[in-house]
Amino acid sequence: MGKQILLEHINKPGINTIDGYMKNGGYASVEKALKSMSPDQVVEEVKTSGLRGRGGAGFPTGMKWSFLDKKSNKPKYLVCNADESEPGTFKDRYLMERIPHLLIEGMITSSFALTANTSYIYVRGEMMYVIRILEKAIAEAYAKGFLGKNILGTGYDLDLYVHPGGGAYICGEETALLESLEGKRGNPRNKPPFPAVSGLYDSPTVVNNVETIAAVPWIINNGGASYAAIGIGKSSGTKLISACGNINKPGVYEIELGVPVEEFIYSDQYCGGIPENRELKAVVAGGSSVPILPKELILKTANGEPRLMTYESLSDGGFVSGTMLGSGGFIVFNDQACIVRNLWNFTRFYHHESCGQCSPCREGTGWMEKVLHRIEHGHGKMTDIDLLVDVAKKIEGKTICPLGEAAAWPVASAIRHFRKEFENHILHPESCSAKHLYFGTLAVH
Amino acid sequence: MSDLLKVTIDGKSIEVAPGTTILQAARQIGDKYPPAMCYYTPLKNTGGKCRVCLVKVSQTSEANPRPIPKLVASCLTKVENGMVVENESSAEVLEARKGVVEFLLINHPLDCPICDQAGECDLQNLSYEHGTETTRYEEGRREFNKIDIGPHIQLHMTRCILCYRCVYAADQLTNSRVHGVLNRGDVSEISTYIQNSIDNDFSGNIIDVCPVGALTDKTYRFKQRVWFSKPYNAHRNCTKCSGKTVLWMKDENIIRVTARKNKFGEVEEFICNECRFDHRSKTDWVIEGVRDMGDDSVISANKYELPVVSPAVLVDSKFVSE
Amino acid sequence: MAFSAERLEQIKEIKNRYPAGKHKSALLPVLHLAQADHGWLPIDVMNDVAEVLDIHPIEVYEVATFYTMFHLKPVGKYVLEICRTGPCCLVGAESLIQYLKNKLNVEEGEVTADGLFTIKPVECLASCGTGPVLQIGPDYIYKENLTEEKLDQLIESLRAKG
Ligand SMILES: Cc1cc2nc3c(=O)[nH]c(=O)nc-3n(C[C@H](O)[C@H](O)[C@H](O)COP(=O)(O)O)c2cc1C
Ligand code: SF4
Ligand code: FES
Repeated sequence: MGKQILLEHINKPGINTIDGYMKNGGYASVEKALKSMSPDQVVEEVKTSGLRGRGGAGFPTGMKWSFLDKKSNKPKYLVCNADESEPGTFKDRYLMERIPHLLIEGMITSSFALTANTSYIYVRGEMMYVIRILEKAIAEAYAKGFLGKNILGTGYDLDLYVHPGGGAYICGEETALLESLEGKRGNPRNKPPFPAVSGLYDSPTVVNNVETIAAVPWIINNGGASYAAIGIGKSSGTKLISACGNINKPGVYEIELGVPVEEFIYSDQYCGGIPENRELKAVVAGGSSVPILPKELILKTANGEPRLMTYESLSDGGFVSGTMLGSGGFIVFNDQACIVRNLWNFTRFYHHESCGQCSPCREGTGWMEKVLHRIEHGHGKMTDIDLLVDVAKKIEGKTICPLGEAAAWPVASAIRHFRKEFENHILHPESCSAKHLYFGTLAVH
Repeated sequence: MSDLLKVTIDGKSIEVAPGTTILQAARQIGDKYPPAMCYYTPLKNTGGKCRVCLVKVSQTSEANPRPIPKLVASCLTKVENGMVVENESSAEVLEARKGVVEFLLINHPLDCPICDQAGECDLQNLSYEHGTETTRYEEGRREFNKIDIGPHIQLHMTRCILCYRCVYAADQLTNSRVHGVLNRGDVSEISTYIQNSIDNDFSGNIIDVCPVGALTDKTYRFKQRVWFSKPYNAHRNCTKCSGKTVLWMKDENIIRVTARKNKFGEVEEFICNECRFDHRSKTDWVIEGVRDMGDDSVISANKYELPVVSPAVLVDSKFVSE
Repeated sequence: MAFSAERLEQIKEIKNRYPAGKHKSALLPVLHLAQADHGWLPIDVMNDVAEVLDIHPIEVYEVATFYTMFHLKPVGKYVLEICRTGPCCLVGAESLIQYLKNKLNVEEGEVTADGLFTIKPVECLASCGTGPVLQIGPDYIYKENLTEEKLDQLIESLRAKG
């Protein structure tokens, strides 16, 4: 196992309490940042670290922070995105449940860097028990003087609150999240303006993923350069991978960026191979939204080089033969899994989760689901395949927010790499390899 | 003035004030400006939703000659100095627009032959200009019952394209909005949730801002096809609004009263419900003269009898709502 | 009024988490409280939510109908929110949902004759590594790595609790 930054102490007794957490060096970054650094120095360290957003887009965190309009006379906000709803992703829940103080420490240090005096953690409503864990941990942090007025006597004030969502994947999109936090429907905003200029309550705001913020304490304690030394090139540091599907050891793994995909799937340190020694068929490497790749292309790039778990290597080949690291939701399919059925399932998800604001996403996701439902249930036509490709193309790049792409890419990639399987479904619906035990319904609300 | 910004759209240049959007600049140039189904100048915060106004920015500005990678909503994107925009000169834009029109129609009932809006429907016009002859959509269509919301207004939700204009209108023109968008995704609907009537001095304006036949004037329903009536500018002394309206006359009868709209279909001055619904005698009004509807209007162009898509689709009666 | 005095105190505290004039932000947390108290969200409860937050009722309806956690119709005492998304299906969620329907003799969204259960398939609960998974409000504790036997036991224990 490589360097552990986030999960180093995860199995220590009492790590979920503030005493246990502090015994293992917890809250050191708050001491260090507030007492010996300026906010801009903290931002600089994070820039040096090369840390990239762990929520999916991989945008450099330090750069995002430096876009915050600090000169504005409005209050600044840091909002943590704990909406984790991308199918295949369950790392943030794991962190918050097991080591809640790591996120809280990260929120305090990061809020200081951003000169925010009020910050929110937006947790999806389904994780009500995680909300209770966080609220308890926050109360402990207030009691120890890490939150509230005049933190550690430095004059810095910070209030931190947890805000529950209500059941909507789209609220993971950062501007939908801000709308939701304002008590509205989760309709994404048109950009510009970006949150860094006009975000929560029209004030300058940074939205960051849980894992991103949880990496900040280590960076401040050990220096950005030490973080940048881990990993490969622009993929610096460690990344949590949520591994699931047809593997022996599903779970959350912290990897040093750069581990070969093949090692990740087959090594006993990680997924431990595929149950019953079945064949690997395909992988969705970064959450349901990223392109699916067949075995040949996920293990090796089109040039025949080993595919690595880095932002760059996974996207090598673009959309023709590559995919993305995304949120790190790693879904493995064995040779019995049905690509068509899975695609119908994913498309139903996007149909169900579209906010309905913009026409291509609202109408296109439902259309694709209905066509896929027909194909999956034995009523497909050969022309449906190209129809799906075309509808996906007409959604992609035309919508307000990236949910359009998130819905289009799985369709485009599944057909690109598994066209034969779609044809087979249409010509010989009875021959599908998966056992169709449950004939689900169309997305209904 | 040196602080004007130069923008070139489909090869034609114009100088505009800072803050001007691409759509407004294109409208100022005047010939082939992008269509807009959700953006509405008189209502704040509208726009960005329908995506029919997408254009290509092939040069961001003089200082930044790079293109913007994705198509942008021209109704919201502000002009920068030296920006170069492709609207109808871009095959990519036309293809995207065709796609959006198709999306807008897949759940639309295509019931133009029995729709009161026929002849003055933005969706109908959009389909002539940018749609295709046939539909590729074979799945079931969304269905809703039509309902009365208050004594004067009928909501035909199947026809709604979720432009949100009526919601902004109620927010901005009345002091207590009772309708909104409920549910989400493709089952979103305009509704009051509970049996509630939209009844307020200015509520009738939501009829005028609706680009399709989703919100219609009950006092007018089925009385006439719009092209058999003749519009007159008229005014009256009104304590609530400007009193400036259009009277739609059939012979000597006022069959409908609306606000005056400019050539972009946008209301010039919102009118009150009293003017709209309660004064149907010619003696209530000072009639100024016949209103010129402009050459583009379906009402003058006589193209109203054509259905939106292939007649073959309409024959299948299950697509005709009601 | 849909809220007890104690709840009203709690709502006051929740409103204080947001800046002055931004009390509409409290809408989702307050709707969760309302549903915990009433099991679902009848119109008069939503109207009371509007009143305590000083917003128009339509603003509450718009939000309550957008988010899937809120029940707008009466539901069973225990709503079994079981994940139906891809990763859980790779490990058997589809057959478990069918098993649950057969066992309780209801379709999705219906209430069992004894008033105890509603089955509500939901989208990914961020438990893909420990699927199949379901949760039950108002505490929303996760039940993970589900099997038919575990479902049997769960239903038994909930029936015993009544
Ligand atoms: C449809 C959609 C869903 C998203 N869901 C999440 C999510 O659940 N969690 C998350 O952190 N980011 C999510 N994102 C990404 C956020 O918009 C945003 O980029 C991220 O929170 C920024 O944080 P980061 O820079 O730390 O990654 C989502 C984006 C989209 C378009
Ligand atoms: S009713 Fe009309 S104005 Fe309102 S959203 Fe629908 S189409 Fe737009
Ligand atoms: S996802 Fe809702 S409109 Fe883009």
